[in-house]
Amino acid sequence: MQVALFITCLSDVFYPSVGMSVVRVLRRLGVEVDFPTEQTCCGQPAFNSGYRQDAAKAAKQMIRAFEGYDAVITPSGSCAAMVRKEYPHLLNDDSEWKERAQSLADRCYEFSEFLVSRLSLEMIDARLEGKATYHHSCHMYRGLRLTEPPLQVLSQVQGLEVVNLPYHEDCCGFGGTFAVKMSEISQEMADEKIQHLESTEADYLIGSDMSCLMHLGGRIRRKEKSVEIMHVAQVLDRGMMK
Amino acid sequence: MSIEQQISRKQRPPFHDRTKEAIEHPFLQKAVRYTQDRLRGGKKRAEAEIGNWEEWRLKAEAIRRHTVEHLDVYLDQFTTNVENAGGTVHFADTSQEVLDLVTQIVRKKEARSIVKSKSMVSEEVDLNHVMEQQGVEVVESDLGEYIVQLADEAPSHIIVPAIHKNRQEITRLFSKEAGKLLSEETAELTAFARKRMREKFLQADIGITGCNFGVAESGSVVLVTNEGNARMSTTLPDTHIVVMGMERIAPRWRDLDVLLTMLTRSATGQKITSYVTALTGPRREGEADGPKEMHVIVVDNGRSSMLGTGYQDVLHCIRCGACINVCPVYRQIGGHAYGGVYPGPIGAVLTPLLEGFEGWTELPYASSLCGACTDACPVRIPLHERLLDLRADEVETKQTPWSERLAFKGFGVLAEHPEWFEKAAVMGHWMGKPLADQEGFLQKGPGPLKGWTDSRDLPIPAKTSFRKWWRKEGKQDG
Repeated sequence: MQVALFITCLSDVFYPSVGMSVVRVLRRLGVEVDFPTEQTCCGQPAFNSGYRQDAAKAAKQMIRAFEGYDAVITPSGSCAAMVRKEYPHLLNDDSEWKERAQSLADRCYEFSEFLVSRLSLEMIDARLEGKATYHHSCHMYRGLRLTEPPLQVLSQVQGLEVVNLPYHEDCCGFGGTFAVKMSEISQEMADEKIQHLESTEADYLIGSDMSCLMHLGGRIRRKEKSVEIMHVAQVLDRGMMK
Repeated sequence: MSIEQQISRKQRPPFHDRTKEAIEHPFLQKAVRYTQDRLRGGKKRAEAEIGNWEEWRLKAEAIRRHTVEHLDVYLDQFTTNVENAGGTVHFADTSQEVLDLVTQIVRKKEARSIVKSKSMVSEEVDLNHVMEQQGVEVVESDLGEYIVQLADEAPSHIIVPAIHKNRQEITRLFSKEAGKLLSEETAELTAFARKRMREKFLQADIGITGCNFGVAESGSVVLVTNEGNARMSTTLPDTHIVVMGMERIAPRWRDLDVLLTMLTRSATGQKITSYVTALTGPRREGEADGPKEMHVIVVDNGRSSMLGTGYQDVLHCIRCGACINVCPVYRQIGGHAYGGVYPGPIGAVLTPLLEGFEGWTELPYASSLCGACTDACPVRIPLHERLLDLRADEVETKQTPWSERLAFKGFGVLAEHPEWFEKAAVMGHWMGKPLADQEGFLQKGPGPLKGWTDSRDLPIPAKTSFRKWWRKEGKQDG
């Protein structure tokens, strides 16, 4: 199986360690990973702001970059949702591109989803002591309906107690450019999320979208609170190191 | 739009000021969150209780789609049947025409007082203020509407107009109206409202109501309330005026069955409201009560502009408020900050469609696109996708700032050139470094980053990006 990593621009630039964790975890599970360097950004910032032509440029670049791979794995529910749900619509006007977009959409997996649907969870041998709670990102939760896979993956980690985050279906307030354009509202949403987070007394806040975690983490840091923020892949990477 | 509306629009503070005011309000968030939780919890229980909720949604969506696709046919049938039952149907293209029609009836009847049952369409045309300026007393008979009327405010939710008010505030408003200090006890407050309402119902010359559904096959106007105020407003005064949005049609009673099933459960979690009233024409000969005249004003006011466009499904809305009850943005700012008649996700979509972008360019962006509204909608309107469409329309018609357009042009170019994209990230690291703290976070970002750093720390781009690591080490490790 030829597997490509779709790193996402955010992790490429701000959180390279998440990508490294994905690569290491997949390799430990026997998956051969490649990283096509032609990839850039999925185009979501432009698309969600209404700039569909500029988003289409990004989409075409990504479709070209990932042609020929059997599976494309990304550590982001949101970017996976962009590729899977929006690309075919975005390139609707051009039948050739639409087909290529659909092909990528069909091959694109979110990280936990790939582990659950294409590998065997029993293969995961990881241990991390502590109490954690999981933040469902909206595009993964409602967009792709991937509610269980990350929790199934985390349930394989010995020593890790995962407790429910109250109001877990509610948005954290990131929302792409919303976080900047509507920063006052975004901040209120983050603060409510952090209140719920604190009520769990978790040591770790785990998620599948670094964008939400950059927003929440940035707010948590500003408020000088201590909770460690991790991507599911980072939890496995750390837990598998023995 | 009436002159009064134009003036009030000019006086309306900008979106960000409205938002700020709402966030700084001492108890608005608490009140809104409390009621939102109650309503969305009720809906969840009602969904589970009825079972097959998704099938019900599909059924309701199909009915609404069919109705709106054949709206001309059903409006015609509805009109014929209202008139056969002795009512009069008027069509109003604009809000001014609605006001003119109501004014004509008021003058003809020499009416001095009006009681109203809840109607959002009447809010669209600012009916109360215009009537009051003509010396006609208007009293809202829905308890929540009465509260916001006493406060001289607009409803901040389409089914819970006074969602933003707490008990203390209501007590203050009622005490002022009563001319004596009332206690904060629910019984005393409602007793006051009840007594006051009875007087008004008996006095009123005209009753004005909205219309939840107009059943085409019989020409019936269906009203859904929990307080029975619609019945009082339509049986005691001599004249009944119905103000209805042109899309508020249910073809048959069997369709109404499905739509009511969805409306009440989605709105409050109730299987059915305390009162569901169906009125077919005015009082007939030999009948003991009911109005002598019934006028139905079918209002367009921007609605028909959605027909035949990608926004046609917005007309499927049955005004249950479920999208508002799950909206995390509404949860923080309440309804007034949206500035229009309809708040929340449906308002953010509907307001620019009904009134155009002027004054409303922020609304489509007042959403994190979390999609909770789309999932909550009982008739499956993809609200967050319509918000995206509106954003695209804003870009297309150049409503967005030139700096932003330029930035996304640049984004498009970078996205097509991986090597430039990488250089930009490296530049970001070195530009950010002198401004960042020891751990590589910005506390005060320059320019457009300020919006982020006002409330959050921002990491600067990593010194070694993933792709750089991949070339140097990552690739070989495998």
